[in-house]
Amino acid sequence: MFPGFFLALRKAEIPVSLREYLTLIEALDAGIAEHGVERFYYLARSALVKDERNLDKFDRVFAETFRGFEEPPQGFEEMEARIPEEWLRKLAERVLTEEEKRLVASLGGFDKLMETLRERLRSQKGRHQGGSKMIGTAGTSPFGAYGYNPEGVRIGQEESRHRRAVKVWDRRDFRNLDDKIELGTRNLKLALRRLRRFAREGAAVEFDLPGTVGSTARRAGLLDVRMVPERHNAVKVLLLLDIGGSMDDHVTLCEALFSAARSEFKHFEHFYFHNCPYEAIWRDNRRRRDDVVATAELLRTYPPDWKLILVGDAAMGHSEIEFPGGSVEHWNEEPGAVWLARLVRQFPRAAWLNPTPEAHWEFTPSIGMISRLMDQRMYPLTLAGIDRATRDLNH
Amino acid sequence: MRFAGTATYIATEDLMVAVNAAIALERPLLIKGEPGTGKTVLAREVAAALGKPLIEWHIKSTTKAQQGLYEYDAVARLRDSQLGDPRVGDIANYIARGKLWDAFVAAAAPVLLIDEIDKADIEFPNDLLLELDRMEFHVYETREVVRARQRPIVFITSNNEKELPDAFLRRCFFHYIRFPDRETMERIVAVHFPDIRRSLVRDALTLFYEIRDVPGLKKKPTTSELLDWLRLLMAEDLPPDALRAKDTRAFIPPLHGALLKSEQDVQLFERLAFLARREGR
Repeated sequence: MFPGFFLALRKAEIPVSLREYLTLIEALDAGIAEHGVERFYYLARSALVKDERNLDKFDRVFAETFRGFEEPPQGFEEMEARIPEEWLRKLAERVLTEEEKRLVASLGGFDKLMETLRERLRSQKGRHQGGSKMIGTAGTSPFGAYGYNPEGVRIGQEESRHRRAVKVWDRRDFRNLDDKIELGTRNLKLALRRLRRFAREGAAVEFDLPGTVGSTARRAGLLDVRMVPERHNAVKVLLLLDIGGSMDDHVTLCEALFSAARSEFKHFEHFYFHNCPYEAIWRDNRRRRDDVVATAELLRTYPPDWKLILVGDAAMGHSEIEFPGGSVEHWNEEPGAVWLARLVRQFPRAAWLNPTPEAHWEFTPSIGMISRLMDQRMYPLTLAGIDRATRDLNH
Repeated sequence: MRFAGTATYIATEDLMVAVNAAIALERPLLIKGEPGTGKTVLAREVAAALGKPLIEWHIKSTTKAQQGLYEYDAVARLRDSQLGDPRVGDIANYIARGKLWDAFVAAAAPVLLIDEIDKADIEFPNDLLLELDRMEFHVYETREVVRARQRPIVFITSNNEKELPDAFLRRCFFHYIRFPDRETMERIVAVHFPDIRRSLVRDALTLFYEIRDVPGLKKKPTTSELLDWLRLLMAEDLPPDALRAKDTRAFIPPLHGALLKSEQDVQLFERLAFLARREGR
């Protein structure tokens, strides 16, 4: 009846199967959606979408199919409103190298930079691309995305092309790691399986055959039933993932690891950080600005028998590790090194997995620094590396 | 046989369509949504509205799919054999029926609620695929097949703690209960407290939605907490302007213990109120 709609849903990567489509048609035949398009919409949604994360996609496809709806292009006015005020204030406090300071001075200092940006945001109407003055994409103006100007402030861009902008300015919604990817996770699962520690804990609910036989025999044949608790995988894993920036290159690998870990461990918690863990981490990338968890709380909440696995490329400026205020995203009171040391102290069984090939580590000084902070427990994010890491975590 | 909400349960249009589709096509309805949006209550209300018995199966982390079908108590049989109990001869004496069995053989098609299916082991939904699809299962010990006389209306709730397998999802209808908007919430309050003061509801709802909007709350208050709070407010018989403050931010609502359930949230709230007072000075 609506093969076009069905195919459009499939194209939008909503996992609709033929069976669900037939269910919808069956329901229509049964007269569930007799009164108008709204009911039809509700019915189609209920029959075809099985995950609230796909509801938004479904709505868009539905609108497009049945109304010829088009998404309006996003304006720049909207973007201006989304720039966090805190960044404007704290930007000036950032520790800059001499070279950077000179570059900034070439445009009249930080305040001037901010002011000019505000003015241009205000004066600019509509989308702009190219050129050397207005804000847009692919220009040489210090403002905007995909530009080459080292003193630039990056706005509205999916990922940083050259990774040298002073600040990432728009609230980009980091992609949440999709844990659904099954392809290629099998090997990782098997590697992680080494971490399993079976233990009998909790209520005795399982019939203990050898125990019962032994006990019954000791009591001269009088039945004495013995029960034992079930075997559980008792390992507890805390996974901290670096996300965004230079980690974008490794997102597929991280997704695979995340997916494998999530299905492999019953006691599994994950959090995200950017470059280096500081006083706050977050659980959900879409809500990272307003739903952060204090790292201190993490330290309080999870006992030391949890195994800590950090995943990140550890590629950053040395100031991001060593100095207060070194973070590229916010003003941190205490340096990343302090927080990392606290984490390692609380969780003696810890490892850092690095997606960068091991052979390249020596070219990035920050990798050596992080590795020292982790007591040399940094391993490459490969099957062999995970194998080494799990052996170490089990010690 | 159509469900259109009840005197004590406000169902939105989309929810009604989903419920009626599930009833008409005899497929399970999977319900997700924020805590406190009435997922569990829905099954009870549908059962009441349609005049059907309700069978509730609450899932825990240790629940096995087999327990919903039946359990064979081998240990009891072994014990009885030692004591020379005559019941030992019939294996059926040691088979305890589960909730699904009860639902299948009930005289009239009941409403079966499988509550919080995500609490169980990851394999749990897969183990029930065939049983829920064909509405029959085989009892290995007695070699009989239990088949549903009439297909029960099955509601399944999930809190999203685990992903459910695709094969399972394909067999269900799905509905995500969104947090009620203000208009729906007013109707919900009205069915629970028919004689409440309108001004009290207005002020309380304004405060309630403001609290929900406070960023960084660990646990947002839900419908059931709002209803508890209103009940308390009515019992206390507060003066008409008790819920109104000149500066809403500098104001901690009375009896907030019914709304905020963690000490961090209460602290956060007090801190915000303190900051607002200081700024206001």
